[in-house]
Amino acid sequence: MGYQIPREAADQLFGWLAEHYEILAPKVFAGEGCFSDTDVTRYGTVRSLSEIEFDKKSDYSFKEALLPVNETLFYFTEDQETVPAAPGKKRLVFLRSCDLHALKRLDAIYLENGREDFYYKRLREHVLFVLIGCPESCDTGFCVSMGTSQTGDYDLYLKISEETVWADCKSEELKAFFGRLPDGTCAETAVSPEAPSENKETVTLPPSFSEDILSNPVWESYGSRCIGCGRCNFVCPTCTCFTMQDIHYRDNAKAGERRRVWASCQVDGYTDVAGGGSFRKTQSDRLRFKVLHKICDFEKRFGFQMCVGCGRCEAVCPEYISYISLINTLVKEDA
Amino acid sequence: MNNEYLPFPSQVKEVIRHTDIEYTFRMGFSGDVRPGQFFEVSIPKFGEAPISVSGIGADTVDLTIRRVGTVTNQIFEHYKGSTLFMRGPYGNGFYLENYLNRELFVIAGGTGLSPVKGIVDYFSDHPQKVRSMTLIAGFKSPSDILFREDFEHWEKTMKVIRTVDTAPEGYEGAVGLVTKYIPELSVTDPARSAFVIVGPPAMMKFAAAEVLKLPIPEENIWISQERKMCCGLGKCGHCRIGSTYVCLNGPVFNYAKGKYLVD
Ligand SMILES: Cc1cc2nc3c(=O)[nH]c(=O)nc-3n(C[C@H](O)[C@H](O)[C@H](O)COP(=O)(O)OP(=O)(O)OC[C@H]3O[C@@H](n4cnc5c(N)ncnc54)[C@H](O)[C@@H]3O)c2cc1C
Ligand code: SF4
Ligand code: SF4
Ligand code: FES
Repeated sequence: MGYQIPREAADQLFGWLAEHYEILAPKVFAGEGCFSDTDVTRYGTVRSLSEIEFDKKSDYSFKEALLPVNETLFYFTEDQETVPAAPGKKRLVFLRSCDLHALKRLDAIYLENGREDFYYKRLREHVLFVLIGCPESCDTGFCVSMGTSQTGDYDLYLKISEETVWADCKSEELKAFFGRLPDGTCAETAVSPEAPSENKETVTLPPSFSEDILSNPVWESYGSRCIGCGRCNFVCPTCTCFTMQDIHYRDNAKAGERRRVWASCQVDGYTDVAGGGSFRKTQSDRLRFKVLHKICDFEKRFGFQMCVGCGRCEAVCPEYISYISLINTLVKEDA
Repeated sequence: MNNEYLPFPSQVKEVIRHTDIEYTFRMGFSGDVRPGQFFEVSIPKFGEAPISVSGIGADTVDLTIRRVGTVTNQIFEHYKGSTLFMRGPYGNGFYLENYLNRELFVIAGGTGLSPVKGIVDYFSDHPQKVRSMTLIAGFKSPSDILFREDFEHWEKTMKVIRTVDTAPEGYEGAVGLVTKYIPELSVTDPARSAFVIVGPPAMMKFAAAEVLKLPIPEENIWISQERKMCCGLGKCGHCRIGSTYVCLNGPVFNYAKGKYLVD
């Protein structure tokens, strides 16, 4: 159901939502960017529409709403394990089309690859997704190439201006909030999400790569510049790896907790096994491992590509390693 | 919904010392389990470690643990009268059906004997279920030999070559790498043979190359891969090779598929 609402009424509606839900949305954090004197746009809790960054794609993805950077699995005391309670409030998560497509990738790993993940599932079941449109393409995204520029899988779509808010609401639960608006403020009208029809960047993946792909010189030429910082993994909405970590408290050595923390396949230690062994020792091998997962190996397992073309890894790399030109070179050389 | 990450406490029933740093812990466990599967074993506040099943009893499983770091140190220092925490079993393990009525050869290097020990035990107890059985087990030196008592038992029902890489002068057993003994094996019917090879990556590579030369078809060879594993559940990603998750699709692979796994 589409609505057109004056901004003031929409702000009031948002206030009701904020009482009912924890709202996670992209926000600008001034001066916290990874290059000096830059801002970063990442996820945080918001209570008003004006806090949300609607115009610029977030530097970090929405995935932390479902996969906290650092998640306590359980606490232990002497002989007891206690699982932390699930968050009391349901969540509303604001995100763009590429990210909503990334959700399907997270689901593939956490709900379908082997058994269901308890912690992911209990968060996932209590999240509603609010789509932010893209009237034009961002700088580094190639969502059109990856088929992720449009989606209908949202619970709510919102477009805002200073005077007016347009909404398309699919969720019955959220429709009830629109119903509470004073008579005459909520006009029904057709609203459909804005989506770009082209990007500045294009990537054309072949149906499959040759067997020589593993030894293509592109891995060495791009990988030799990689410093293994892992940022490309942390910003990616489809990277899902974690490492287990046990800790005990300094003031009470008998108590502690087991956590899982985000991990990066580009960083040392990712493959270390007992006896000093490790696999993929060079950054070139690690880059190959990551990139082929995104555009080939995941697809072999699940039937659709992992990369959604959000372009975040392209933008974040401190060594200016271009993921897009890497893929385009690879595709050309492998043909 | 089941929370797979929550371990259950399991009593240490018995401890068998093999070397200074390798003990077998007989743990209380009743449930389905196969040789080659593994458990995530933990000591709360220190961490988890994937450990293979090295023996299966009526209501026990054996875990043969090598002391190498944080978790395994804790296990060795605090096991007395204690419980360990476990979750699992995980992985596919070895399916004994694959080896019935075949000439079976098990080739193991060092701690690689743990995951295959369940196979050796089973066919040692049921020798009529295979055409013949041969075990080649290699260790670094005589003081690294594991499962000494089991070897005495196995020698009664199968051909056993227990070798060490190097030995002090006067050592009476076999000396040399396991690969040295492979060309000497006599296989009556390669098509109805089965080879299980488990050990460090280099050992498996060279042993498989020797076995292929016998010649044995690739489909008759099985290996078990070790990778870093944090979850055992197809989630943490550490064990992935290409489109394969070693914790879910392995750790046991038929060589015809396993050889295509490139890290
Ligand atoms: C499927 C599988 C079966 C195994 N079976 C056995 C077994 O039967 N007996 C045995 O003694 N060992 C076995 N291992 C190896 C064992 O898991 C490691 O020795 C153990 O995790 C080390 O833990 P730690 O805390 O004592 O050492 P740490 O202090 O964590 O580190 C010591 C070394 O172990 C490596 N390591 C740490 N965590 C892991 C991990 N999750 N997976 C692999 N290596 C790791 C570290 O990188 C480091 O090199 C197996 C590993 C796998 C993957
Ligand atoms: S690989 Fe890069 S472009 Fe693709 S989804 Fe991840 S961050 Fe976005
Ligand atoms: S962000 Fe760049 S330098 Fe850092 S790990 Fe990724 S490719 Fe390497
Ligand atoms: S061990 Fe975590 S995915 Fe295999």
